[in-house]
Amino acid sequence: MRPFPIVITGHVDHGKSTLIGRLLYDTGALQADRLAEMRQSSQDAGKASEFAFVLDAFEEERARGITIDTSQIYFTSARRPYVIIDAPGHREFIRNMLTGASYADAAVLMVDAVEGICPQTRRHAKLLALVGIKDICVLINKLDQAGYDRARYLEVAAQVRDLFAEFSGTPFAIIPISALTGENVASRAREGGLSWYYGPCFLEALDAIDTPAIEERPFRFAVQDVYQHEDGAVLVGKVDSGRLATGDQVAVWPAGAAARVRAIAKYPAPDVGAASYGDAVGLFLDLDRVPARGEVVAGEPAPETVSLFGATIFWFADCYVSGRPVVIRCATQAVAGRIELLKVYDPAAPDEELDPESLNIGEMARCRIRTDAPLVIDPFASVPELGRFVIECDGVPAGAGIVA
Amino acid sequence: MDYLDALESKSICVIREAYQKFKGRTGMLWSVGKDSTTLLCLVRKAFFGKIPFPVIHIDTGYKFPEMYEFRDRLAKEWGFEVIVARNEEQLACGMGPDQGAKLDCCTELKTNALKQLIDREGFQAILLGIRRDEHGIRAKERYFSPRDSQFQWDYEHQPAELWDQYNSFLNESEHYRVHPILHFTELDIWRYIQREKLPLVDLYLSRQGHRYRSIGCVPCCSPVASPAASIEEIIEELQLTTESERAGRAQDKENLYTMQKLRSLGYM
Repeated sequence: MRPFPIVITGHVDHGKSTLIGRLLYDTGALQADRLAEMRQSSQDAGKASEFAFVLDAFEEERARGITIDTSQIYFTSARRPYVIIDAPGHREFIRNMLTGASYADAAVLMVDAVEGICPQTRRHAKLLALVGIKDICVLINKLDQAGYDRARYLEVAAQVRDLFAEFSGTPFAIIPISALTGENVASRAREGGLSWYYGPCFLEALDAIDTPAIEERPFRFAVQDVYQHEDGAVLVGKVDSGRLATGDQVAVWPAGAAARVRAIAKYPAPDVGAASYGDAVGLFLDLDRVPARGEVVAGEPAPETVSLFGATIFWFADCYVSGRPVVIRCATQAVAGRIELLKVYDPAAPDEELDPESLNIGEMARCRIRTDAPLVIDPFASVPELGRFVIECDGVPAGAGIVA
Repeated sequence: MDYLDALESKSICVIREAYQKFKGRTGMLWSVGKDSTTLLCLVRKAFFGKIPFPVIHIDTGYKFPEMYEFRDRLAKEWGFEVIVARNEEQLACGMGPDQGAKLDCCTELKTNALKQLIDREGFQAILLGIRRDEHGIRAKERYFSPRDSQFQWDYEHQPAELWDQYNSFLNESEHYRVHPILHFTELDIWRYIQREKLPLVDLYLSRQGHRYRSIGCVPCCSPVASPAASIEEIIEELQLTTESERAGRAQDKENLYTMQKLRSLGYM
């Protein structure tokens, strides 16, 4: 069974790594030597058992008490296996948070009951919405430090709902917990400070999230490479969207030339007859020219071919100054272009409009992108794989965006 | 598509991406263990039965005899060429696991042997069969991970990696470590080996109540007590165990951060 990938997000120090360590510990999922290693390293650092050290494996992370890079750990509940993705909460490591979130189907957003909503809470919530994660479970943590105050929980929960309303979202659940004591993490805290709460604990809420169904979408296959095979040119890549069968009529974009699928190869089978979403296959097409990397084999309805398009982008590198050349990478396409910033804003302070001539780390923008060569795209909502892209500056990924 | 197919497809895409970007400057490390043998099988699938780049075996001289025998046999059966990399100078000086710290032995006989080979052959991408669930440090790896000429892993400044867009921009004298099976777990590997009927060194199977869960150099690997004498039994056993896979590997134990130090120095 495929593990369900879930990313843990939230402001720095709101307890993300501690939650994961606690969950693994309380469910007996921590391997004996990892547990011993955690205890030893906690002791060396002069601390009681530091659950965060299970994931914060770098020496620097433990010394500074922060998560620097995203990490993944496997865990199995009574219902199913999970891949739990820890994400750093610092703004400077936002690219690592986004890297982690890009693997997830659902998310947890941690909020400190004492501090309430903080800048990275807002930024993370909006980034999760941007990358298309719909199920977000909110944990109001450190209730033990907030005197187990029900009124405080309700107050923070109301702030959370307001935040989600800004992007027309609704949290999957809002649960009062203490990651430190384990209350409402792996089991319900029926006694003690949180006995006023009757809802599900975190693990129950997690198990209640359904795996998103793979929707029926139009067929897309971005050519990754072309190999010379004894049976002719084989186009390799993965099915980015939809499904395909041998004999299907397709078109190869941006030119839009019609072709027929002669065979779908998957070694050692010369023709497997059909392929679906995610399959890495080789296509033999009846076509008089050999397509190159970056061309898109597609079914109906056809994708759009553009050299100017609208997008919402998110920046995770150093300052970008309007007009600087960039490379847009969408599926296997890579084209040079320029960004025309229309409106720049900080997702952590959405009411303030910022200087539209530059973009800084952690900021978002509405923009138009002009490319030097045609780009084959789809709206993000209809084909996510061709509706999202990474922006490179000087060869380094610096931003990400979705086609508006 | 079932779960193992999904894992396989992801790996094949990463392998093809590395080859597309680095072509003849690509190589892969084959330790002869279960993970890199799985990787070798995936490379073969990615290129329709061929292995288009050199397969490198880093030989410390301390490997199990069964490993050398298996290496030569599979290379012949599958028809690929193995480049054997050894740090001859250090071996001649008597470097070994009983000469001081394990960190030094691993660094000299593995990391530096690879460094010498990369310098000599000019590789820009090295495929490696590491997995996230092996170790807390490996859980933080990217699929494409840049290393500088000193082999340093700048883990505080790893580039973003999302939506199958892999960073491949190369500064002078850098190379990339490419990790196509990063997302496999130990159990996934065994299920895949079972499904694909992959050949394997039989040190993994129980003999007289013991087997190796992870193999490397003879002096630094201890067997675990286990009756599992077939792949089916190993899969059953792993579903119940609370011991971690590398519990028998000495280099993880010497010091809490040995693995981080080894990796930041360029260890595989």
